Amino acid sequence: MEVATQTSTKVVPAAAVPLPEFESIRGAEVLIKGLIANGVDTIFGLPGGAVLHIYDELWRYRNDLTHYLVRHEQGAVHAAEGYARATGKVGVALVTSGPGATNAVTGIATAYMDSIPLVVITGQVPSGMIGTDAFQEVDTFGITLPVVKHSYLVRNVHELEDIVNEAFYLAQEGKPGPVVIDIPKDVTAQLTEYRGEQNAALVFEAVKPAPSLESIEAVVEKILSARQPVFYVGGGVVSAGAAEELARVVDLLRVPVTPTLMGLGGFPSADPHCLGMLGMHGTYAANLAVAESDLLIAVGVRFDDRVTGKLNTFAPNAEVIHIDIDASNIGKLRKPQIPVVADAKEALAALADRFAQESLEEDRLRDWWEQIRGWQSEVPLSCEYSETEIKPQQLIETLHKVTNGDAVVVTDVGQHQMWAAQFYPLKRNRQFLTSGGLGTMGFGLPAAMGAQLACPDQTVVAVVGDGGFQMTNQEIITAVQYKIPLKVVIMNNGYLGMVRQWQEMFYDRAYSEVDLSVSPDFVKLAEAYGAKGLRATTPDELERVLKEGLEYDGVAIMDIVVSKEENVFPIVPAGGESRNMILK
Amino acid sequence: MRHTISIIVANEAGELSRIVGLFSARGYNIETISVGKTLDPRWSKATVVTRGDDTTIEQIVKQCARLARVKEVKAVTTLPHIEREMALIDVSVNRGDERQEVMNLVNIFRAKVVDISHDKMILEMSGTQEKVDTFIDMLKPLAVNEVTRSGTVAITRLSALEKDTQVAERANFASFA
Repeated sequence: MEVATQTSTKVVPAAAVPLPEFESIRGAEVLIKGLIANGVDTIFGLPGGAVLHIYDELWRYRNDLTHYLVRHEQGAVHAAEGYARATGKVGVALVTSGPGATNAVTGIATAYMDSIPLVVITGQVPSGMIGTDAFQEVDTFGITLPVVKHSYLVRNVHELEDIVNEAFYLAQEGKPGPVVIDIPKDVTAQLTEYRGEQNAALVFEAVKPAPSLESIEAVVEKILSARQPVFYVGGGVVSAGAAEELARVVDLLRVPVTPTLMGLGGFPSADPHCLGMLGMHGTYAANLAVAESDLLIAVGVRFDDRVTGKLNTFAPNAEVIHIDIDASNIGKLRKPQIPVVADAKEALAALADRFAQESLEEDRLRDWWEQIRGWQSEVPLSCEYSETEIKPQQLIETLHKVTNGDAVVVTDVGQHQMWAAQFYPLKRNRQFLTSGGLGTMGFGLPAAMGAQLACPDQTVVAVVGDGGFQMTNQEIITAVQYKIPLKVVIMNNGYLGMVRQWQEMFYDRAYSEVDLSVSPDFVKLAEAYGAKGLRATTPDELERVLKEGLEYDGVAIMDIVVSKEENVFPIVPAGGESRNMILK
Repeated sequence: MRHTISIIVANEAGELSRIVGLFSARGYNIETISVGKTLDPRWSKATVVTRGDDTTIEQIVKQCARLARVKEVKAVTTLPHIEREMALIDVSVNRGDERQEVMNLVNIFRAKVVDISHDKMILEMSGTQEKVDTFIDMLKPLAVNEVTRSGTVAITRLSALEKDTQVAERANFASFA
């Protein structure tokens, strides 16, 4: 076995804190001051009994910290995620005990699966009542345990300041993730001092691991000797902000790149080296290039089953270089020939510097590229059109056109998500925000609200299905209340479309419980919320409706009725060989 | 394959449940687990015995090392080490010859009698898991009423020099997985 010992002295537990000598303030105020000290100016939440002291302080600090009152706690966490995904900053949500916390769990798990930095503050019943089945008591620490990077149950108000600081550190350190702080009500009322400085008792080590010189040399040698190499890049490139470094490396090497769903935006779609998305609904060329490759350079990825299909037929002839910040991702599913535990940005920068010293022949991969260009022209992603119906692909293509390809696209989960991934070419990092790992329907609308707050100068569009939209559409009113110019495009096919597609393809068209033809009138619904409601049902209305909605100064809900039984292609059936794509 | 893993984790409420939760969430079985504080009382050492192939054990080690409050994880079985388990065994002894037979076994296995009454003896046995198993097995023809086992504890036995090599290998791992 390679690994005998692993140490990671990230944090030393807090030592005893000295007694207060400054003016004493409530725990609730310590929390608010701690948030502000960690750069927080936006917070999403919904009050309740256990967090009343905190909301009391929030009111006093309302000029320093803007709280957005959501209508359901799941919306608070998704909004915080949208904020974090759009910026890389830590998103913050505040909910009460019991049902407040359980409603937040879906969002926390969504962030955990996609490694999104969050601090979620949950109220808890008073310390003395913990374990008594008190009103609105739930074991939040226990319930969230498997879906957090770290969590706290605050037992002592004197520790609160350190805990808040450490929570923000841990949310961002290494591979980011959600951190939960569960605070009993009495702790928020107790008095303590606020020192306002980073806790000296906490020893933080370097945040971003860099690759060793030795490993970089091994990687360089492998890449230069490969004849059919492919870059397989994922969310690690996005979260490390390594797009520029990746572009530098590719510019020097002229190696093809295929991003995963989570890696979209990490490499410009229009770059001739970009083969498009990899995996279950990836492009023909990307899947075949990986299948035929002799070297897979995997950066910030985790060999997810939606990418690999049947694992032992994924890149069967390739040697693998795996660069990832999380050692546990390396060798988890595929044993690499060269493992490199490093931050993607650090590693790619080191590689770019190193390759800049090589004199590389312009056409050293000519045969490989000829093969790839052949696959690209053989089966391109193709958009169909109809005279009477709006095709879903056409909707995304038109959205791309009317936004000049500049919008931040936030998706929900399902068919529309895949079409958005396929047909909205991206220009920059953090331009495509989606729930990849957990696949959380209902994510799109509240996440877009958070992203729009984080990026007030950009057009943010939520692309959602009619199913997912109905899971969290209550947050429309939040956007209306705070004048957040949220734009929602509903790809309305009257079905839980992806499930319907699987039933059509793999279950003999038995459409079991997927019919959503009985739905509210989304235009009237929008109007009831005080938003602009628009609808397009025919191709000739599409562009006008999208333009009108996007130009509207306020919240606009665009109900785009598309052809009902369209399927996402290519598709690699779950657990299938990735070269065996069903193309139509 | 049986593996012993030692984990140094913060001596704080909830941290042990994080480790145990990780094992169940990832589908790893815990055969035994025992925990106690280290020289520095802020840290506890947990010794976990589990089963799996090398890849599984490597994953367990890496997953545990990812936890914020875990300081060190060692796959002890891959290093020179000492393992012990303790058992307290309650045996019914009604006749003199039975008591004599128990005493013979106690002497052979270097166990200890820690309590005795007219019809019972409580024995303390410490050794490798295998030795404890064998001792209990040998006692079975007599009436064994109850057994309490501590689970395995382990310690590596590297000299200072060897330790340096290990640390170097780990440093190598840090950048090279």
